[in-house]
Amino acid sequence: MTHIAKPRFRHPKLPVNALGFTRRDYEGAVSTLCAGCGHDSISGAIIQACFELDLPPHRLAKLSGIGCSSKTPTYFLGNSHGFNSVHGRMPSVLTGANLANRDLVYLGVSGDGDSASIGLGQFAHCLRRGVDMVYIVENNGVYGLTKGQFSATADQGAKDRRGGANPDAAVDLPSLALLMGATFVARSFSGDKAQLVPLIKAAMRHRGAAFIDCISPCVAFNNHAGSTKSFDFVREHNEAVNFLDVFTGRDEITADYEEGTVQEIVQHDGSVLRLKKLGADYDATDPVAALAYLQSHQTAGEVVTGLIHVKAAAEDLHARMETVEAPLSSLDEAELCPGADALAAINAALR
Amino acid sequence: MATFDVPEDEAASSDHPGRAISGPGMAPTDVRDPNYFHKVVDCQWACPAHTPVPEYIRLIAQERYSDAYIVNWRSNVFPGILGRTCDRPCEPACRRGRVEAEPVAICRLKRVAADYKDDIEGRLPRAPEAPNGKRIALVGAGPASLTVARDLAPLGYELVLFDGEAKGGGMIRSQIPRFRLPESVIDEELGYIYGIGGIETRYGERVESLKGLLAEGFDAVFVGTGAPRGRDLDVPGRREAADNIHIGIDWLANVAFGHVDRIGERVIVLGGGNTAMDCCRTARRLGGKEVHVVVRSGFEEMKASPWEKEDAMHEGIPIHNFLTPKAFTHEAGRLTGVLFEKVAPQFDDNGRRRLVPTGEPDLHMPCDDVLVAIGQENAFPWIERDIGLDFDEWDMPKVDSTTHQSTLPGVFFGGDAAFGPKNIIWAVAHGHEAAISIDLHCRGEDISQRPPPLVNLASQKMGLHEWSYDNAISEDQRYQVPWRDQAITLNDVSAEVELGFDRDLAFRETQRCLNCDVQTVFTDSLCIECDACVDICPVDCITFTGNGPEMELRQRLNAPADNPEQDLYVSGELKTGRIMVKDEDICLHCGLCAERCPTGAWDMQKFLLDMAHATDQPACRR
Repeated sequence: MTHIAKPRFRHPKLPVNALGFTRRDYEGAVSTLCAGCGHDSISGAIIQACFELDLPPHRLAKLSGIGCSSKTPTYFLGNSHGFNSVHGRMPSVLTGANLANRDLVYLGVSGDGDSASIGLGQFAHCLRRGVDMVYIVENNGVYGLTKGQFSATADQGAKDRRGGANPDAAVDLPSLALLMGATFVARSFSGDKAQLVPLIKAAMRHRGAAFIDCISPCVAFNNHAGSTKSFDFVREHNEAVNFLDVFTGRDEITADYEEGTVQEIVQHDGSVLRLKKLGADYDATDPVAALAYLQSHQTAGEVVTGLIHVKAAAEDLHARMETVEAPLSSLDEAELCPGADALAAINAALR
Repeated sequence: MATFDVPEDEAASSDHPGRAISGPGMAPTDVRDPNYFHKVVDCQWACPAHTPVPEYIRLIAQERYSDAYIVNWRSNVFPGILGRTCDRPCEPACRRGRVEAEPVAICRLKRVAADYKDDIEGRLPRAPEAPNGKRIALVGAGPASLTVARDLAPLGYELVLFDGEAKGGGMIRSQIPRFRLPESVIDEELGYIYGIGGIETRYGERVESLKGLLAEGFDAVFVGTGAPRGRDLDVPGRREAADNIHIGIDWLANVAFGHVDRIGERVIVLGGGNTAMDCCRTARRLGGKEVHVVVRSGFEEMKASPWEKEDAMHEGIPIHNFLTPKAFTHEAGRLTGVLFEKVAPQFDDNGRRRLVPTGEPDLHMPCDDVLVAIGQENAFPWIERDIGLDFDEWDMPKVDSTTHQSTLPGVFFGGDAAFGPKNIIWAVAHGHEAAISIDLHCRGEDISQRPPPLVNLASQKMGLHEWSYDNAISEDQRYQVPWRDQAITLNDVSAEVELGFDRDLAFRETQRCLNCDVQTVFTDSLCIECDACVDICPVDCITFTGNGPEMELRQRLNAPADNPEQDLYVSGELKTGRIMVKDEDICLHCGLCAERCPTGAWDMQKFLLDMAHATDQPACRR
């Protein structure tokens, strides 16, 4: 790991956002991960996305489980709320936090071990409940902290460092997310910030469960020939379905595209997702077609990336449960304990 | 790295070393061109003598003061003198000044090396027992001639130093006030040169004829006579009030040699250069109670270095600008003051500035004495014009800017005598080049074939994340050199004002140096484009992007690269078809890119460039 602190000196012409912050104001501590880890690039993309969205750092909560990926919230957004939970249990903690205070932006950061092995059940349930969050899986296909055994997302037939092939079928998290009814499903690659940053921004502006599977090569244990999660493999087999531009309130939307090449989606908060279609005529609003597309292209050995599915008019857990809008901590005793008469009225309604 | 066929004239220019022009995009930077990394070391590049500044600053940090002194001595000959008086072109160039408010106090750290060194005489070269039989005359014993002597004496040359004064040093001794430079420092550093051996000093002997000197049978002559004539101001009253109007550099010399120790209570100093600053501060110490500096130009355009102006103002000396002297007023043969016309700058269509009268009433400033410090001129009355040594239209000798040879083979010029008034560090640089020429000339070789510098580029990697240099970045502001109490300094012309850094302050100041000589070296073939360097770089100087023409490329980097003086370090095409572009402008040389690089594509390598000196030429060539 790096022994020195990152110098506070910054480029004098570094842009500032609407809050007067530079991108560097969204950084955290210096990473202790291996040099070149894909996870650090994802942290960089999260920093960039939050900067571009003018997000006040104290309005964001970052939650994680256990693993290399789950260490990363320390390395970005040093002025945000954070919770490093039990292995695989980040989704429950996030769900609880979200129920208690819906005013924050919730960012769950997890890995393939944390989400596809020990936490697979939690992963599935928080998506189907529509918890309003961004759930990023930093997916490298191996257990990096324990020296590189295949994880549950490693592709069948992928080779480990000594040449041994993975005999088991892979858990494909985006397919699972589609099946679980996630309303925003994307896949990206740590080595492609141009694609990743807009996806994170769009996910943060999405109301509902937004899931991003981000392939993140493990430079120590899974970046060799025969790996399907290496820099080279992902770059060679990357099949991007679209390219995303995100327009938030203060951006001017420019339109100079040919008919039929662009799909525009307006999210509940007014942000506009403009999807430039690449190659095949791909419709990101149709989850059934998306699932079929994912399956067929993955069978052909391609890594499908981009915004796979989005449902513009999504609803979240709070809407379904008709919860109170104010954060629970802002409620006073009178609101929390409406008294015997109110209880009697509820009981009467149930009789 | 790929090589490109580039027409000779389009290849690496001196402004942009290592850059070739090829097609619509940028060609990979050729870091084998020593000038490329040399230019990244802004201080060394700006220093006329190309002193390896970061190298000696690191040595000071390690308390290796003697080693730091020797590094300086090799390059600039007068570390103790320059550490107090240098015009320090390195400091405005210092990268630190582009990252925060103030550059590293490079000049004053040089003095630290001189102040705290041990006895270094045993480490200095000595003349060989048997001289090589060549005799060289050095006319004028200033910094240029002394540098020539220093470089040639160890090779066995017999050097004869002529000077009209009783002691050597030239303007160092005669023009720089003692409160800035104690005489003991001059004696010490001249002593190191004399100590080499083979140097005869014929001081007190002014050379009156070059023809006569050449007749003495010298193998070569070096002229380092400086710019000895102070410019006069011929306005009404000059002759009548002559007793109280003094030429600045002559007056300073008279003070330095003890001929003058008083001045009137009200003094006006005319001129805005460093000599004017020395004059006013000296006058302040010799009885001047109301000393005023009056300058024709504006404050910003004054030739004096900013710190010299500050030092003068700190001593209660006001500086008045945009005033042109019109006449000296006098009464019964005694100066009563100076009449000034008020002027203002006016710019013509070409942006050239002219000072035009404002039409306001003239200003009369009463005074007892005037010091005229409005410039210096060369004077060569002792050089005959019929000996084959050509002069140009400004009556300056025609001198080759590289070899320093005049049109008379075997006669060389350096310092202010060569190309007009500059400063000590330029004189030293000239002396080095002239010494190389004289050595080649005496050996019968082509003096236009200049020896290349010695260049060394070596990795500083010591461990996984360990470097042999201190890569943590200090966020300290520039430290102020402690001053002696003004109650003492203003009453004693020889009490040195600056006390110099103590060891602790010096250490803290060294930590501000960014180690720009420890270069970020990129190897295309090792890069896997993981972005780790981009993410960690504290100043956003690394970008991976498509190639393009330079000016267009500069606009789409992660942070704008809008300082065209500073180069872009460009890689060859990488696997994804992109290139790596690094803007050298404000790189902190913290090494984090190399620490976070998983493949060693980035490495921190120390670039050491030692200029060729006559002394270092291999013996086998002789």
